[in-house]
Amino acid sequence: MKTFYKKFLEKFIEGLLMLSSTITTLTVVLIVFFLFKEGIGVFNKKPIEEGYVIAINKNNIVTKISSEQIKNIYDQKIKNWKEIGGKPDSIILFRLEDISNYYSDAAIGENFEGLPNCLSRLIDSVPNIIAFFPEKYLDKNFKGRQLEIDKVTLSEFFGGKEWFPTAQPAAQLGVMPLILGTLWVSLGAILLALPLGLAASVYMSEIASDKVRRIMKPLIELLAGIPSVVYGFFGLVIIVPLIQKTFNLPVGETALAGSIILGIMALPTIITISEDAMRNTPRAMKEASLALGASKWQTIYKVVIPYSISGITAGAILGIGRAIGETMAVLMVTGNAAVIPHSILEPVRTIPATIAAELGEAPNGGLHFQALFALGCILFLITLVINLTVEFISNRNKYNKH
Amino acid sequence: MYKIESKNVDFFYGASQALKNINIAFKPNTVTALIGPSGCGKSTYLRLFNRMNDLIDNTKIGGQILIDGEDIYAKGVNVDSLRKKVGMVFQKPNPFPKTIFENVAYGLRVNGITDKKFIEERVETSIKQVVLWDEVKDKLKKSAFELSGGQQQRLCIARALAIQPSVILMDEPTSALDPISTAKVEELIYELKAKYTIVIVTHNMQQAGRVSDTTAFLYMGELIEYGNTKTIFTNPKIERTQNYITGRFG
Ligand SMILES: Nc1ncnc2c1ncn2[C@@H]1O[C@H](COP(=O)(O)OP(=O)(O)OP(=O)(O)O)[C@@H](O)[C@H]1O
Ligand SMILES: [Mg+2]
Repeated sequence: MKTFYKKFLEKFIEGLLMLSSTITTLTVVLIVFFLFKEGIGVFNKKPIEEGYVIAINKNNIVTKISSEQIKNIYDQKIKNWKEIGGKPDSIILFRLEDISNYYSDAAIGENFEGLPNCLSRLIDSVPNIIAFFPEKYLDKNFKGRQLEIDKVTLSEFFGGKEWFPTAQPAAQLGVMPLILGTLWVSLGAILLALPLGLAASVYMSEIASDKVRRIMKPLIELLAGIPSVVYGFFGLVIIVPLIQKTFNLPVGETALAGSIILGIMALPTIITISEDAMRNTPRAMKEASLALGASKWQTIYKVVIPYSISGITAGAILGIGRAIGETMAVLMVTGNAAVIPHSILEPVRTIPATIAAELGEAPNGGLHFQALFALGCILFLITLVINLTVEFISNRNKYNKH
Repeated sequence: MYKIESKNVDFFYGASQALKNINIAFKPNTVTALIGPSGCGKSTYLRLFNRMNDLIDNTKIGGQILIDGEDIYAKGVNVDSLRKKVGMVFQKPNPFPKTIFENVAYGLRVNGITDKKFIEERVETSIKQVVLWDEVKDKLKKSAFELSGGQQQRLCIARALAIQPSVILMDEPTSALDPISTAKVEELIYELKAKYTIVIVTHNMQQAGRVSDTTAFLYMGELIEYGNTKTIFTNPKIERTQNYITGRFG
């Protein structure tokens, strides 16, 4: 009886353990699935606000138009139909509020009941017009033609130079500035953090006395535990004004500010991992070097660093990984301008900051919403590549040391 | 004139005393064996001659160690230069994760030698000195880890020889080797005597008998007996030495 009870308990615990690992795995898979399902959905959508139409004269030969072209037309960068494959003729822009230039209030009616008819007549009479208006004002026997809009394409998404998902009439979904912003900020962070982190880990593993190390190590590990909002505050109050003064800039919220904050945040990862790797250098190797008359420094750069190079690389990459995914602190100090940065002293916007800032305003299931999920997918892929690289490097490491 | 003189040497790890008042004078071009039971302080003593114990925190030395008449623990002594003069071979073969060639060239390079031809020649003579040349001459560019344990240990000796020290310290250099490799290393030690002063730690009594001229028996941090190897092995003055050598304790 007792053994039966024991066996049952064992089986029960076993089942419990299996269940929790299954749940964990499933959750991860589900999150990734959900992310990609929503993210890929963006390529099935037209980059125009739902419930709106773009209409032209029925004799116009243009049939298709991209969101970038629409934007350029409305920004008056494209002024002639021939630039987008039509007959040479200047483009006449029409927004709904322009209607009073063409028709009297009486014709439109108090409750806009005459508006559909007016629109239809207007578009029919002006051969080179392009009009953007809500679908509900489309006349039953509309005499113009609705212009088809291309779905969001991959090349538009990745190659587009502008991120303006709430633009009217056509949303601009170029993620280039965001990817570049992320990379600039992360690259700057790593350029700052790597030399500093390396120096600190060499100091801690090879030079500092036991006593100093016992104080420093927990302090540095503590740095890893500080919430990122606190880093953001620190950046906003100290670093941003400092940059603004030093470089005499109109605003201090720049890529550089983000890089500095992220660099500080990446330091603990870089230091602890590479310090561990350096301290793992066998004593026999160091002693062999010193016994041959090599100085402490020669031993560090000829034996310790080469021996721990894969650990150092792993630390650096994980540090970048943290930097790339970081949201809050960056959101607070980089200025969040979604433009392609030309220098590190300009405001930029990173992918995670964009998602955090815009998700609240994006209507659930809409184009903007799905575009943000697509951004999430990009971020996921970047960090996945980083993690795989770390895995690869540390595996190679194991093999080397057999 | 003695090569190494140890005068009233005490040594402490923190508060515990590992060596007590050791007085030995080492003649040049001799092999001295340090014997004694495990933990008696042989390695500690050996590592004082190239100041290897400096690496360990919280240690203290008393007395004097003179090499070529100079106090190596005096203020202002350049430890790196001392270690160029006093080479060391460790218990376990510890080649660097580099090529065979680079292992031997390492000591030359860290001493600022860049002349390619000079380095090549010195590497070759050093490897020949340890009778390893025929075995490795075709794979100098291969990793030193591809050698057998015995070959690695001889490579480590070659590495120590390449910077032409005048003293060589060996801490149980054959304890990780098979009988054939051991014999080779012993033969080598015997030949090296002509040029170097050698101090060797060993647990192998036959080995001490075969390779050394003088023997020092340490016990619990004290020097019990020191003298001609033959005398110590055949006619020790102190009973404890006799007991240790004949294997009755230790
Ligand atoms: N790094 C250290 N810190 C503290 N005590 C040490 C240290 N190294 C050695 N000791 C102590 O000093 C004493 C002598 O050690 P040592 O290594 O010199 O012995 P040994 O004669 O070489 O022994 P073995 O034959 O086992 O190698 C031992 O009691 C040991 O515990
Ligand atoms: Mg020992």
